[in-house]
Amino acid sequence: MLRYLLRRIMLIIPTFVGVTLLSFTLIHLVPGDPIEARVGERGIAPERLAQLRAEMGYDQPMWKQFLDYERQVVSGDLGLSTVTHQPVWHEFLSLFPATIELSVCAVSFAVLIGIPLGMIAALRRGTAFDFGLMGASVTGASMPIFWWGLMMILVFSVSLGWTPVSGRVSDMYFVEPWSGFMLLDCWWSDDEGACRSAASHLILPTIVLGTIPLANFARMTRSSMLEVLGEDYVRTARAKGLSDVRVNVVHALRNALIPVATVIGLSIGGLLGGAILTETIFAWPGVGHWIIESIQARDYPVLQGGTLLIAIIVIGVNLGVDVMYSVLNPRIRR
Amino acid sequence: MALLEVRNLAVEFTSSRGRFRAVDGVDVTIDSGDVLCIVGESGSGKSVSMLAAMGLIAWPGKVTADVLRFDGTDLLSLTPAQRRKVVGKDIAMVFQEPMTSLNPCYPVGWQIAEALRAHHAVPSSKVRDRVVELLDHVGIPDPGRRMNNFPHQMSGGMNQRVMIAMAISCNPRLLIADEPTTALDVTIQKQILDLLVDLQKKHGMALVLITHDMGVVAETAHRVQVMYAGQMVEEAATETLFAAPRHPYTAALLDALPERAMGRARLPTIPGVVPGIDDRPTGCLFNPRCGLADALCSSTAPGLSGEVGARARCHRPLGGAA
Ligand SMILES: Nc1ncnc2c1ncn2[C@@H]1O[C@H](COP(=O)(O)OP(=O)(O)OP(=O)(O)O)[C@@H](O)[C@H]1O
Ligand SMILES: [Mg+2]
Repeated sequence: MLRYLLRRIMLIIPTFVGVTLLSFTLIHLVPGDPIEARVGERGIAPERLAQLRAEMGYDQPMWKQFLDYERQVVSGDLGLSTVTHQPVWHEFLSLFPATIELSVCAVSFAVLIGIPLGMIAALRRGTAFDFGLMGASVTGASMPIFWWGLMMILVFSVSLGWTPVSGRVSDMYFVEPWSGFMLLDCWWSDDEGACRSAASHLILPTIVLGTIPLANFARMTRSSMLEVLGEDYVRTARAKGLSDVRVNVVHALRNALIPVATVIGLSIGGLLGGAILTETIFAWPGVGHWIIESIQARDYPVLQGGTLLIAIIVIGVNLGVDVMYSVLNPRIRR
Repeated sequence: MALLEVRNLAVEFTSSRGRFRAVDGVDVTIDSGDVLCIVGESGSGKSVSMLAAMGLIAWPGKVTADVLRFDGTDLLSLTPAQRRKVVGKDIAMVFQEPMTSLNPCYPVGWQIAEALRAHHAVPSSKVRDRVVELLDHVGIPDPGRRMNNFPHQMSGGMNQRVMIAMAISCNPRLLIADEPTTALDVTIQKQILDLLVDLQKKHGMALVLITHDMGVVAETAHRVQVMYAGQMVEEAATETLFAAPRHPYTAALLDALPERAMGRARLPTIPGVVPGIDDRPTGCLFNPRCGLADALCSSTAPGLSGEVGARARCHRPLGGAA
């Protein structure tokens, strides 16, 4: 297990080089640089532009810029944002909790609804419920997030006025950013109104971000459950005289969850991609939103650093999933 | 009164190709302390008929019977919840495949404890002790440690012992063992059978033993039922059956025993195969493979003739008139 973990951690090195190279190349392929982006329509004297470029090192050959950046990152410095002049690392840390909060809510939503639905569909295979759910989940899994988010806003925020359109909490409340997780901070502050506001701001983004994983989890649970229900040990459990709930949940679902856990783990990478879109739609102040803005500002350090950090987190999460998988499946332990 | 009494049991499966009677017209009678062996070729409906008695045939399989009584209680009229109080407690079953019959996600001791808890067989403070005692009872060395093993950490023979421990955990009055040794090594087979017979004697329970092996039948059974293509074709006391089989199929099975084929060049086999879903013959189901079959056999299905406990489903029984 330890050697396996070490090997996985070593994988971070090629990933690091690949991710930085890719994000570096892509952003430099986009016309313009941070200085031009700052100046915008106003224009700037060419001599001044050249001078600023030289100061920032943008006049160097590409490969040299890349190697310099690489050296800087390896020494633990992600640089300063060209817009705010704050360290990229600090900005990331202050924004990341918002992304975690949204992602955790979306995954919980998908797991808590998708798995029971998939299980019930398997137990009632061939019924209208089963067909209906599977039809809905095909639709859900192929839902374009942008369109879906806008539709939800149109219906629930604009027409019905049930939920707020954007942000994390209403401006009426000031909540001490204690943990960075708005729900927890509101809870701590003991302000019921703030809690309610934070929760209502979370609902739509959670649903929008959670829809695709929910559909996938439901389908995966259903097919895995169907397979497990035919297993001998399920018959044994029934032969013991256990209740249906116990047979289906403790014996069948427990085994059916093993492949589902892998799907959940693998979906986390895609989820962070979806979070970028969702944060943009709902003006959710997380890292996704931050990275999108950094593209507009050609904020090289933020874009490259942010992408790198997200890549490392995805690797970390996948590692965690592998560990969890071995806990869940006794057959591969030891 | 018989402990388990089954009359005219039928199990029907519906598949894309239509309906298929896997079991048709099976009677079972077994008293406390009895050992009944059910023999027959693969696919003859041995497992399905016993699963039906246990109430383990899942939808869309359909079970019907004129009588299905355990200890005087009509099992068919019980609600599922009431039936669960009997199944697993008073009637227990050991299955064919020990390696897949235990849940891979839980330690074996936990799985035995679950049966004890489900039927409140012992107070919760005593559950652990009882699990250790049961494992010891079925011959698992170092039970205190072994109970924490997962099924994949044990051999097939050990797992089958665990299955047996689980089955006898609530002191059942009837134990159904469905080919409990088919998946095991020859050396282990004997041990497991001895264990079962030993437990049966010690606890005075009734034992239904499903097997392919006529040798096992001769050693263990008090009474025998022979099944063919979903039907019971003969039932008899063990000695009677071996001495004077009445159904030609039984006779053929016995002829195929190596002990009986002594001196012959090769073992006699029964020509042909058991009819499947689509090729059920008219008349007696065995007639295409039967050396004695005549026009009557291929036109009319024979009923069971003889007294309950000594009957054969044959128009032309061996050894004289039926
Ligand atoms: N769930 C099911 N659905 C449809 N057909 C089934 C089902 N279970 C069993 N059968 C069929 O019923 C017939 C009898 O099967 P059964 O398992 O009782 O045979 P068996 O006598 O136990 O054979 P073996 O010695 O191989 O265990 C077989 O033809 C089998 O294909
Ligand atoms: Mg069988």
